[in-house]
Amino acid sequence: MHDHRATVESVFRQESGRIIAGLIRVSRSFDLAEEAMQDAFAAAVINWQADGVPANPAAWITATARRKLIDYARREQTRRNNEGQILYEYESRSCTIDEEMSRPFEDDRLSLIFTCCHPAINKQAQVALTLRTLGGLTTAEIARAFLLPEPTLAQRLVRAQRKIQQARIPYQVPDAGALPERLSAVQAVLYLVFNEGYSATSGDSLLRRELCAEAIRLARTLLELMPQNPENMALLGLMLLHDSRRDARSTADGQLLTLEEQDRSLWHQEQIAEGIALVERALGRRNFGPYQMQAAIAAVHAEARTAQETDWKQIAGLYVMLDRCQPSPVVSLNMAVAVAMSEGLDQGLAMIDSLGAGGELDSYHLYHAARADLLRRMGRNREALKNYQRGLALTTNAVELRYLRRRIAELAPSTATDSQDS
Amino acid sequence: MRYMMLIYSQENEAVTPEDMQAVAAAHGALMDETRRRGILSGADPLQASSTATVLRVQDGEALITDGPYAETKEQLAGYYILDCKDLDEALAWAAKIPTACAGMAGCVEIRPIREFPQRALVNA
Repeated sequence: MHDHRATVESVFRQESGRIIAGLIRVSRSFDLAEEAMQDAFAAAVINWQADGVPANPAAWITATARRKLIDYARREQTRRNNEGQILYEYESRSCTIDEEMSRPFEDDRLSLIFTCCHPAINKQAQVALTLRTLGGLTTAEIARAFLLPEPTLAQRLVRAQRKIQQARIPYQVPDAGALPERLSAVQAVLYLVFNEGYSATSGDSLLRRELCAEAIRLARTLLELMPQNPENMALLGLMLLHDSRRDARSTADGQLLTLEEQDRSLWHQEQIAEGIALVERALGRRNFGPYQMQAAIAAVHAEARTAQETDWKQIAGLYVMLDRCQPSPVVSLNMAVAVAMSEGLDQGLAMIDSLGAGGELDSYHLYHAARADLLRRMGRNREALKNYQRGLALTTNAVELRYLRRRIAELAPSTATDSQDS
Repeated sequence: MRYMMLIYSQENEAVTPEDMQAVAAAHGALMDETRRRGILSGADPLQASSTATVLRVQDGEALITDGPYAETKEQLAGYYILDCKDLDEALAWAAKIPTACAGMAGCVEIRPIREFPQRALVNA
């Protein structure tokens, strides 16, 4: 006999976000919506085995979950009656559930995403809640991906859901006044999910890859829900362009490779094509934002068939624009690197030095690492080594530690014969 | 649903009467506006935390100490209770509450008031 578990799982994967968003809207409760959906999927495993998979599995799940919600409402009613509390007209409420559920609920996922990423919820809980409800990941999966004990994560989720309910965090798309700020909070959560999967090398690598795929899926959903927003286009584009390099960016033993060192034939061209198309569409709106600039930079890198062909001049220009809309030390340092690669190493180094002149960057490992990289390219190996070592002392990130150690190991023997630096 | 908005401000003894007046006028305007809309359920300023007394009853015995509950840089300076449809509305009103005393901005903590009986469909 064919096991329908796989079918149920694939329906869950595809549709759970949409289904739960509608259930939360009508029940006004994350807990109940989740319970109802889980019960419905459990019922599906049994029923579909016996009766075959229905023509529209998602509708079957929704209808079953809706009946569960009505059951819960009745159960609650009975409990309240038994406790002698005020009577509620559960019949009329059940009717409302039916009516509301049959309304088209295209926008529910959008409301849900804004609820999950509400700034009144702490950031880590926003991420977990988004993955749990819209991504359909289990608490165990999220805990493993973020290297957290499962009870810790479970508690975080419970606390956040309770706050949504008790502080009445609205389940709606924010009004026009609050929308730009709140949308960027949503984008930040999705990008954080992506980066969590992309930048760390510790933990379960399969799950990390899954996290990137999930972030891309959610970014796709966000764009589908707000298709005119150029930053939504760029966010998806940016993720695709980064993800296209997933097979090229590290060695078999987990050593991270720079763009320059990567085998570009391993880059996934389909994702690059989609990413570039998204970037072009976004920039065509002439309403620039930080994701567009970052995605455009990634696109310029992706277009270069070899590292030498990279259009660094264009990248430098894009960093100038990024620096204008989202200034940060990382952006400034990258801008200096792009200038070094396009205008000349001396100019780039001069720029880095002027950035560091104030002394604020002294404790920032990337400042020393960027300076070291330029010095290495200039052949000033002894100075480069010193800067790599300073960077090494300041970083705790495992990936960066390995990169800096590798550079130091490469330079250590050559510095003995380095004459430029005295 | 009613939200209590707790205003935390720095206590500046050097505050000028003009500054005090400006802050008081801003509160007056906000109270008028929320009253007009029928959502003001209460609002009061408090005397300085140096006037606070803490009482703790332990084993039937009252332990009285001088000072506020916690010695923090920003102290509870007043409150509003407003009836809002959700947290977003509460946040929008809270943003209008003046918290500054002589240019030193404070903050507002927004806490939903626990209503009895719970009128929600579920989740008792």
